[in-house]
Amino acid sequence: MQQGKFTILENAPLTKRVSRLRLLGDCSAVTRPGQFADLRLDGFFLRRPFSVCDAEGDCLTLLYETAGRGTEALRRLPAGTELDVLTGLGNGYDLSRAGSAPLLVGGGTGASPLYGLAKALIAEGKAVSVILGFAGREDVFYEEEFRALGADVTVCTEDGSCGVPGFATAGMDRPYSYFYTCGSKVMMEAVCRAARTDGQLSFAVRMGCGFGACMGCTLRTAAGLKRVCKDGPVFGKEEIMWEDWV
Amino acid sequence: MGRLGVNLCGIELDNPVIAASGTFGYGYEFARLYDINCLGTFSFKGTTLHARAGNALPRIADCTGGMLNAVGLQNPGVDAVIARELPRLKTVFHKPVMANVSGFSVEEYAQVSSRLAAQEQVGWLEINVSCPNVHGGGMSFGTDPAAAAEVTRAVRAVTDKPVILKLTPNVTDITAVAKACEDEGADGVSLINTVLAMRIDLQTRRPVLANVTGGLSGPAVFPLALRMVWQISQAVKIPVIGLGGVSSAEDVVEMMLAGATAVQVGAANLVRPTACRDIIEALPRTLDRLGIENIRDCIGGART
Repeated sequence: MQQGKFTILENAPLTKRVSRLRLLGDCSAVTRPGQFADLRLDGFFLRRPFSVCDAEGDCLTLLYETAGRGTEALRRLPAGTELDVLTGLGNGYDLSRAGSAPLLVGGGTGASPLYGLAKALIAEGKAVSVILGFAGREDVFYEEEFRALGADVTVCTEDGSCGVPGFATAGMDRPYSYFYTCGSKVMMEAVCRAARTDGQLSFAVRMGCGFGACMGCTLRTAAGLKRVCKDGPVFGKEEIMWEDWV
Repeated sequence: MGRLGVNLCGIELDNPVIAASGTFGYGYEFARLYDINCLGTFSFKGTTLHARAGNALPRIADCTGGMLNAVGLQNPGVDAVIARELPRLKTVFHKPVMANVSGFSVEEYAQVSSRLAAQEQVGWLEINVSCPNVHGGGMSFGTDPAAAAEVTRAVRAVTDKPVILKLTPNVTDITAVAKACEDEGADGVSLINTVLAMRIDLQTRRPVLANVTGGLSGPAVFPLALRMVWQISQAVKIPVIGLGGVSSAEDVVEMMLAGATAVQVGAANLVRPTACRDIIEALPRTLDRLGIENIRDCIGGART
């Protein structure tokens, strides 16, 4: 964990609800894809946690959905604004289990940490397939960015307005060595049920501190009580007790 | 004793800043960021006899000027705390630490206190009779002077180490509870624990917290806490630890003027992990600016 000042380089909408935030600052604490950053926003007491989409040099990229007052305030911040950010939070994805042809399944902004993961896996020479699930055509983002990395990308839309009609699981009927997923509970549960291999999931829950001190985000897992912020946010499929998670 | 030093129930603190229980774990997460030996001390996560998983999620809600929590005393139980956490805590913190104790019966308070008091590194016992997030324990002992007295008596009987009762603000007359504790031999009181509170999600119309209610902490409660610290310091002779929304060196001085011998920092740690260190570093220049030589000179110095 590291606390630092970051300056907004870009804060621009990708879709009606999802924006991209590019921040300039010291990213050295970000060591693995799937970790998150915790932003202090003026007028709000608790920080707001967001998955790291990418960390390249001094540039930290986060994708966020406007979901409440905090993210609405964030969306209004202009370039040049300085933010107090905790970086290097959470365990991140374990790349060592990927196998030769991993499948990445993202739902909505769940695509965000999978971008950094795809980049890292492709750098290791893996044949990466990505399924991105969205509500409809107007909600699609980052399809081209994933493609530019060299991933095989399938877009699914619930309303069938583009790509494969249906949920992200509609694209899972194919061979793959391992899976990684991030999205809503319903979506990740469906992915786990449809998956033929082991895999890892990244969770978003309400957090207090974001670094393991307050016990505000504890999840019961098959391996005991785990703090989503510190022991997660990435967990193995076999650890999750779905009935316990609301 | 240096200019920031205070004496808390017979043990000298290098400075009056104590990280509050439930916001500092066992210190490890903070020790990665700074040397936590700069603290006066810290009160580790509330300990019960048996392991507790805590309440369902969500346990945390944001609000203007603070936060709500309904963690529900998640902890591994006293045996695991002694076997696993305290040895590890000792590697990052070398001063006497404050052990925070919770319970669901008078016997449980006594049993856990007895076990923790026997640990050499434990300097003080902080007895939490004020947790608003569990049923049939915690706060129910702190809202009734007779019950608080009974817990104090039981804990007093098992240890010679300083016993500090952590009090709830969710009462009509907090001074009555403090006096009852003092009469049974408490060495000090700490206050306030969180204020019972609630939030509702406008879209779902459901309470934000799965537990429905939770405890409010953060800057929003500071003036309320200060008022209670002042009232109690008028009513009892034992030391008072002031807490509730303390976020700056100025807040520390204000709490001490109200009568606090030492001050705990809670919610601030969660949003600014270096909050305690920053406050301690800012204290000397704050005292300079206010013309205060030694911080202990301002205890109870409010002119009313």
